[in-house]
Amino acid sequence: MKKIDFEQLKSTPNTETLSILDESGQVVNQDLMPDLSDEELTELFKQMVWSRVLNERSTKLNRQGRLGFFAPTSGEEASQIGSNFAMTTDDFILPAYRDVPQLVQHGLPLYQAFLWSRGHVDGNKYPDNFNAVPPQIIIGAQYVQTAGVALGIKKNDKKTVAYTYTGDGGTSQGDFYEGINFAGAFQAPAIFFVQNNGYAISVPREKQTAAPALSQKAVAAGIPGIQVDGMDALAVYTATKAARDWVAAGNGPVLIETLTYRYGPHTLSGDDPKRYRTSAEVDDWQRKDPLIRMRKYLTDKGIWSTDQEKVWEDEVNKQIDEAIKKTESIAPQKVSDFLKNTFIDTPPTIKAEIDAYTAKESD
Amino acid sequence: MAKLSMVKAITQGLDEEIKRDEKVLVFGEDVGRNGGVFRATDGLQDENGEDRVFDTPLAESGINGLAMGLALEGFRPVPEIQFFGFVFETMDEIAGQISRTGHRMGGSRKMPITIRAPFGGGVHTPELHADSLEGLLAQTPGLRVVIPSGPYDAKGLLASSIRSDDPVVFLEHMKLYRSFKEEIPEDSYTVPLDKADVKREGKDITLVSYGYMVQESLKAADALAKEGIEAEVVDLRTISPLDEETIINSVKKTGRAVLVQEAQNQAGVMGQVASIIAEKAILSLESPIGRVSAPDTPYPFSQAEEIWLPNKDDIIEKAKEIVNY
Repeated sequence: MKKIDFEQLKSTPNTETLSILDESGQVVNQDLMPDLSDEELTELFKQMVWSRVLNERSTKLNRQGRLGFFAPTSGEEASQIGSNFAMTTDDFILPAYRDVPQLVQHGLPLYQAFLWSRGHVDGNKYPDNFNAVPPQIIIGAQYVQTAGVALGIKKNDKKTVAYTYTGDGGTSQGDFYEGINFAGAFQAPAIFFVQNNGYAISVPREKQTAAPALSQKAVAAGIPGIQVDGMDALAVYTATKAARDWVAAGNGPVLIETLTYRYGPHTLSGDDPKRYRTSAEVDDWQRKDPLIRMRKYLTDKGIWSTDQEKVWEDEVNKQIDEAIKKTESIAPQKVSDFLKNTFIDTPPTIKAEIDAYTAKESD
Repeated sequence: MAKLSMVKAITQGLDEEIKRDEKVLVFGEDVGRNGGVFRATDGLQDENGEDRVFDTPLAESGINGLAMGLALEGFRPVPEIQFFGFVFETMDEIAGQISRTGHRMGGSRKMPITIRAPFGGGVHTPELHADSLEGLLAQTPGLRVVIPSGPYDAKGLLASSIRSDDPVVFLEHMKLYRSFKEEIPEDSYTVPLDKADVKREGKDITLVSYGYMVQESLKAADALAKEGIEAEVVDLRTISPLDEETIINSVKKTGRAVLVQEAQNQAGVMGQVASIIAEKAILSLESPIGRVSAPDTPYPFSQAEEIWLPNKDDIIEKAKEIVNY
């Protein structure tokens, strides 16, 4: 693919996967090379390294009992970070549970992401100007909400976009289609990502649908769909940046499918990937690793080195240490606070429960 | 002042709220050009523009997802679910998403959404239009479930619901839409949420109900009065969270209670009312609590509605049984 023609993609399923950087770090598609400075390219890679380190540390912290729910992200850095890198903090993100890296890069303090993982409400207390909702647990619910946020953005005459993520399994949900269809019908500024990592927990992509590509589902809603090499951060960035420009200009929503892979289990809550995939398959995908090719590209370009990476990893580890330490100093939750937040205008029956719990909690 | 039917009072109320607050948006299936299948939004699009009153694609989850997203962008959405029997299609957006946002985000976001829907039996609809499914949502924390029993309350409760920063499910009984009229002030007014209303005073027995069953209870009270039994009729108006005080005060006064709901008996709203009375007014009771409700089957085929739905005769019979216990 040498050119992204969103207008044409509205009616024609995308049959060619967009890629820019091949597995060996060579640019194979100069026409679509993003216009990023050396600083921006290294920043993109630094965020990918950050995400990889965060994944490794989160896994360890989970095993130590210092972190709770965690959905591993390793292998998906190009898809997650590459897409988010094309957005601005004025854009509105509606993430799913694996999309914590994007949420943090969008502005959520890391310690709050950790609090969410640990099951503490303070992780989800967002300032008014933070354009985000917490990670969605119900597959697809974020898609219909994204149509609403996008319509709100349009009605408010803003030049921003709403963006959301689901996986390959998510495209089987009714809410997936309702979301893209509503956004299309209202020509609302939304970008829908499908991070196709091959499995919905254990069910392979082939069992979800007879559609040869998930991106082609966009055509049914009359919106452009594009399939991108999700192990290639430059390709994901290019597609997203072009989509964002097109969407923010008032042309309606876009769907982007990224072909990616998760190296780890579905979550750390008991999933064993050996039950449904071979180690040879994992090895194949690890040869396509998004960090390896990006590192090679930047090193060849002379703007990155293993020394720099070591320094950065140490810095990231320090940030993670500080964040996890901060979560451990947060005051425990109170039922009376939950009750206060259940309604804004507290009804009398809830008031009585607040009084009862407040008395109990002050004992 | 003009005498208006409930559906006209609702239309007028919606129009006033749209004009009062530029963030109010009214939308759903057929609510625009068509003015809604019951004409509840009749003329609102012409009057206020398509930006404020608009049709959506046909998908209930999409409609309430749209509402949630619009609320996140600062709007005050008033989506319509065309018939409440279609609520199963959108249970996640209502009970899994909108109602728990305040809790989920520690009070850092609000969901000022009023979801309107017609419901209720006796008007010969096809399956899954008339069901009384309010109990499903009455058990959902963070949600107000409001059910008016007539035109005046409908307009005032609707204004309070739309102005509320909390999510409200506002259920309009189809049989009440055009069955009678009441004097409706032309100026905007509110009727408080979370507050039951004594629709008729009496000293011998309390009839607690909501929605259309309030009208049947009032008819029953008229008939009972002719036999020397003075029934007090309590209209819950908000079925969740409940106004316990009004219920308890009435039962303490009369010493007897018959609880009336159109919904099936099992785990119904009146089970909660009975629990409140048992917990907080049992020493005032002179006889057991009586229940009048529909039988525990799915909503019946329309030709069987008459034998299935509770009515004033059932209420009279049960009230006499309780008074003469």
